[in-house]
Amino acid sequence: MRIGVVVTSAPGSRQGAHSAWNFVRAALARGHRVERVFFYQDGVHNGSRLGVMPADETDLPAHWSALAAERGIDLVLCVTSAQRRGVLDADEARRAGKDAHNIADGFRIGGLGQLVEMGHRCDRVVTFGA
Amino acid sequence: MPEPAASPCGAGETSRVMILARRAPHGASHAREALEVALAAGGYELELTLAFVDDGVWQLVRGQDTSATGTPGFAATWRALPDFGVGEIYVEQESLAARGLDAAELVVAARCLPAARLREIMQRQHWLLSF
Repeated sequence: MRIGVVVTSAPGSRQGAHSAWNFVRAALARGHRVERVFFYQDGVHNGSRLGVMPADETDLPAHWSALAAERGIDLVLCVTSAQRRGVLDADEARRAGKDAHNIADGFRIGGLGQLVEMGHRCDRVVTFGA
Repeated sequence: MPEPAASPCGAGETSRVMILARRAPHGASHAREALEVALAAGGYELELTLAFVDDGVWQLVRGQDTSATGTPGFAATWRALPDFGVGEIYVEQESLAARGLDAAELVVAARCLPAARLREIMQRQHWLLSF
């Protein structure tokens, strides 16, 4: 099955982001194809590499990056959500006149078009919010 | 797990997408960001509908004043959605009634439906985006 995932919650604040990561791994283990994970609203914090987690908590951004490297999953941050919350890649930082960028490896900045297109291509779209 | 018998969106069929607004308009960004998705998605080949349920019905109430919240007021923007390719706007009857609201107090001409009917419509969607 082709699966698209939407994540709207930040790591460390709500369970949703971690549940999404578990779900993606479980889906892959069952032989499903995860076409894309689209991060929207507070979900874009999953794509910041500057969070520093206490030792007993999951470093979710690092885990997503590893998943992207190992399985080639497309991790897309919504540009509007990401700009509002200060998650920038080098291009966005330059355009906005900011002195730093913080997007984690394996993530890219995209638009809502990628969300719609993911819906078109997938058999199921699963949203992780709360 | 076996492959599904058919992709929910068959060849040549337009995707049916419903944006589900479930939360109060202020205090968190869910409502505003649901509206942004609706505006952006309206530009694509979709059969796009909106449904307001639970505290989401507050999003449509007339006369909201956000001047003290540091956020722009956006309630009136819902009215523009038909121009952005959004089809039907549904409001759940029970949610309105539980909050002492009346359809006449809303900023848009929404279709008020009982929860059971709305559930049927949800089941016909290819995907739901819940905020």
